[in-house]
Amino acid sequence: MTVLRTPGGLSLRWRARSLAVGALGTLLVLTLAVLAVGGGDYPMSPADVLRTLTGQGSPAETFIVRELRLPRLATALGAGAALALAGAVVQSLLRNPLGSPDVLGITQGAATGALVVVVAGGSSLALSGAAVAGGVASGLLIRAVAGRHGLAGHRLVLVGIGVMAMLTGVNGWLLTRAPLMDAARAVLWLTGSLDGRGWAQAGPLLAVLAALTPVVLLGGRALSTIELGDDSATALGVPVSRVRQLLLGTAVLLAAAAAAAAGPVSFVALTAPHLARRLTRAPGPNLVASALTGAALLLAADLVAQRAIAGQQLPVGVVTGALGGAYLVWLLAAQRRAGRI
Amino acid sequence: MEPTLSVTTPTATAPPVTPARHRDAARAAGLFAAVLLLAAVAGLSIAVGAKQLSPVEVWHGLVSATSPDHAVVHRMRLPRTLLGLLAGAALGVAGTLMQALTRNPLADPGLLGINAGASAAVATATALLGVGTVQGWLWFALLGAATVAALVYAVGGGRRATPERLALAGAALNAVLYSYVSAVMLLDAASLDRLRFWTVGSLAGAEFATVRAVAPFIAAGLLVGLAAARPLNALALGDDAARALGARPTLLRAAGIVAVTLLCGAATAACGPIVFVGLLVPHLVRALTGPDLRWLLPASAVLAPVLLLGADVLGRVLGRPGELQVGLVTAVLGGPLFLRLVVRR
Repeated sequence: MTVLRTPGGLSLRWRARSLAVGALGTLLVLTLAVLAVGGGDYPMSPADVLRTLTGQGSPAETFIVRELRLPRLATALGAGAALALAGAVVQSLLRNPLGSPDVLGITQGAATGALVVVVAGGSSLALSGAAVAGGVASGLLIRAVAGRHGLAGHRLVLVGIGVMAMLTGVNGWLLTRAPLMDAARAVLWLTGSLDGRGWAQAGPLLAVLAALTPVVLLGGRALSTIELGDDSATALGVPVSRVRQLLLGTAVLLAAAAAAAAGPVSFVALTAPHLARRLTRAPGPNLVASALTGAALLLAADLVAQRAIAGQQLPVGVVTGALGGAYLVWLLAAQRRAGRI
Repeated sequence: MEPTLSVTTPTATAPPVTPARHRDAARAAGLFAAVLLLAAVAGLSIAVGAKQLSPVEVWHGLVSATSPDHAVVHRMRLPRTLLGLLAGAALGVAGTLMQALTRNPLADPGLLGINAGASAAVATATALLGVGTVQGWLWFALLGAATVAALVYAVGGGRRATPERLALAGAALNAVLYSYVSAVMLLDAASLDRLRFWTVGSLAGAEFATVRAVAPFIAAGLLVGLAAARPLNALALGDDAARALGARPTLLRAAGIVAVTLLCGAATAACGPIVFVGLLVPHLVRALTGPDLRWLLPASAVLAPVLLLGADVLGRVLGRPGELQVGLVTAVLGGPLFLRLVVRR
């Protein structure tokens, strides 16, 4: 921990390791971004990509980069960061390393909203809107069932699991109501995919992220305090109940916005905060590092998904699901060995 | 208010302690009533559908080969009802066993990912090997159920498992497996068309062949489960106390997991992953019989089919002219009950 104090009484403290991880993470994201923009049916060298981005490419290259690949990149980065932030907040608030918006049923709620639109035959804009509405509605439902004082710990987890199981049944039923073509489209959406994402999806997501990231980062300090326990946090002057409601609401909105743009991509929210914590070795929710890790993770998974099977694009959710599952099992086994859970 | 002087005089009536024999008689009577209820619901399940049958027509359709309703009853309604009976008993007993084994009132084969394991195996078999019949699915479902049962138990902390840990491990594995199942469905439209109807959980389209295929597995699972009732009662006191009473916790857990796997694997293979039956029934039944597994397990085996068949009949009535899948009805009815259970705790 390093602290810088100015004569005026202001002070700034930071951890060298966290800063280094942040810098390296940014570098990794940028490298992956150049690779992602360069890859595809019309391959471009990194030099070409950089040239086009600075406005010196041919008109064809400019179109491909600006209208096709940049929005996909922005959606990947935005959804990854939003999911990771939501995951970090939920894990920290639940004081549970396995918490995530998936476990709380938020993503299933978003899926229900989207499936209703698919069955009713709406546009992709309506689908995004319904996904956000569904996610927020299931968040409100959980809040209502768990009650004002039920937002801590076990009760919230169990209520979330109940809501999740219920919505899973409803989603399966909705899937049988759609014609086969629409059902295939719905399953693609449910898995989480970045295919054909344009600025219409990326724009709102980035706007939500820009609006809510400051809220989460400002709450980060209170979050670290709440991790010490409600009593200690109250004694240290944190309005625990209010902070918890505000931050859970923010996490729900972030997860719902990410789901609306890219579908309910599994496991980024769960794994990114863990990876970030392992890298920085810092206590607390590690918000900035989590967001960077999430963005890098989703982008890397998308690169793998595009190239894993030649001639066929896998949806990104399949890759994150497979990676996330393996990681999760390893994590649980490791924590059990260490006697922590 | 004027204080009233109340004098309690010792009365000559018997103390409010029911002798064990009376309690057992009451439970036996209750179990008999439950069997009657089950028979009534089974009759209803044969009677209700696109063609309504009166009780007399049901009886004639069952026993006389010349009855005009013979075909409807024997080809469609009877196998469906029998499958509902078997699957319901399997899910109810599996849920009760899970709750006893994990000492966790919220354990349920669906929530713990065992049904999802069976689903993932069935999806793989359908997409890669082209398996499309219940008899073919059965072995894959059992294998998947066994793998995930062991995995959730190991990942959830083994002997040191707590309710939250197991629930989270199950939910996480559920998420992985469902994302896998949807990936399989995505890459192969034919599998999607077959699996999406199976995934909701439904008794529609049951045949006698299906019933015959799953019956031995469910019977074996029920036998193992019922035989374990007495030592499992001891396990409720904790491993050390159970050992002192002569039970062998490790062996017992292994037997319990085998039974749960047989029951859930077979039930899921036949009618898809049905949630909440295994969770709710033990709670409802426990309110009637108390925690003694020697009564709880048989009563669950009788009352769970009542719930499942009841939900199936309800789905046929509500979804007219088609029908609602029983999995949807149990999720929509069971969800709020589950939440109520959690909130009251």
